[in-house]
Amino acid sequence: MNNKKKFPRSWLTAIIILLAVGVVALALGGYLSSISNFVNRALVDVQTWVSSRYQAVVDFITVPRDVASLRQRNVELEAEVARLQTQVITLQQQVTETQILSALVDFARANPENSYKAAAVIGQDPSPFLRYILINVGSNDGIHRGMPVVTYQGLVGRVDAVTADAARVQLVTDPASAVNITLQNSGAQAMLVGSITGNLSLDMISQDVTVQPGDVVLTSGLGGGYPANILVGQVISVRKLDYELFQQAAVQPIVNYDQLHFILVITNFKPVEIAPLIPTETP
Amino acid sequence: MTILISLPVLLLAMVVQTAVVSRINLLYGSGDLILVILAGWALQERVTASWLWAVIGGALVAYVSRLPWFVPLVGYLLVVGLARLLQRRVWHAPLLAMFIVCFFGSLAFHALSLFSLRFIGDPLPIADSFSLITLPSVLLDLLLAIPVYVLMRDLAGWLHPAVVES
Repeated sequence: MNNKKKFPRSWLTAIIILLAVGVVALALGGYLSSISNFVNRALVDVQTWVSSRYQAVVDFITVPRDVASLRQRNVELEAEVARLQTQVITLQQQVTETQILSALVDFARANPENSYKAAAVIGQDPSPFLRYILINVGSNDGIHRGMPVVTYQGLVGRVDAVTADAARVQLVTDPASAVNITLQNSGAQAMLVGSITGNLSLDMISQDVTVQPGDVVLTSGLGGGYPANILVGQVISVRKLDYELFQQAAVQPIVNYDQLHFILVITNFKPVEIAPLIPTETP
Repeated sequence: MTILISLPVLLLAMVVQTAVVSRINLLYGSGDLILVILAGWALQERVTASWLWAVIGGALVAYVSRLPWFVPLVGYLLVVGLARLLQRRVWHAPLLAMFIVCFFGSLAFHALSLFSLRFIGDPLPIADSFSLITLPSVLLDLLLAIPVYVLMRDLAGWLHPAVVES
């Protein structure tokens, strides 16, 4: 019952071709630009959406693997940082040691009348009642008992006992230490004594002498225990009482005895043993 | 074995004492690692050679320190004696015994040091020495007591394993 006459196929093809040519001609003529822009924009939007979703899926799949590799890399970098920090600390320590040794060399050059042996401080006396340090040079290095010990800043003490490769040094802050000193300004003689707290004080200062805070304290060389003119410190306060025989003064040491790392032993100084000359009571 | 191990242990303790512990001060006091080690060792039940450890420790300190030679020797023997005495009586509370030995052992050692220094001509002020040196030192010894006791217990357990009766 189909009364409709069948459209010839060749006509259909021709019409389609004509339409296509027409559309192309219109496009080439710029008449379809608004339509093509609309279509392009829609396509780009769709493309962007699809691409972003795809990227999200790819990230979701690959991120765990990246975290693992990042963690591994982080561990490696942390190890590298730790190694570099250790290296920095070591280098800083070497710089500090070099600075101290350089200062010691400068001190030795500035005082050519003495010959020195440098040593490192390797420990302290186990007893807290005593202020002695242990150094890493001994009789094999020409160290003998009684030799004075200094730093580039000033007086430290003297060698108390010696073994082949180590020695024990009594600091001037030891309670049993006594050093004859002179005050640079007045030329007055006094005795520098230590204490259990490590503070230094001057005793046996004549009442006639004027002592003021700021006076420089030097070794006098009397008694033969230390060379003369080694810097010890400065007077920070004076105690003068009329009814006492002597004045007393507190001294701020020039050397920080708690931070000794390297010291110099004066090896050409021979202490004088005056004990036999001190009269003793005979029954 | 106990005697053989005593020398390296006490030598190492001596090095740590002079290089580290003596430089860590509380006021003007410092801890005595060897005293605490001897106390911890002598409190171990199965240990028998603690007297020898005291002699070796005392000899090492006497060699290094300016203290008269008999002070560390007698002082450490006193500490070990006190520890052995307490070990039999307070065996069920070893940490308490450790604290008691460290406290009274340090006091006795410092008293011995003070009087011996006074005897040889270094008269230190007793009141200042007690407040500025002895009390802080005792406190530091008590701080060292717990970790050292644990180490000594492990060492004693390794050298003297418990006998299992079947």
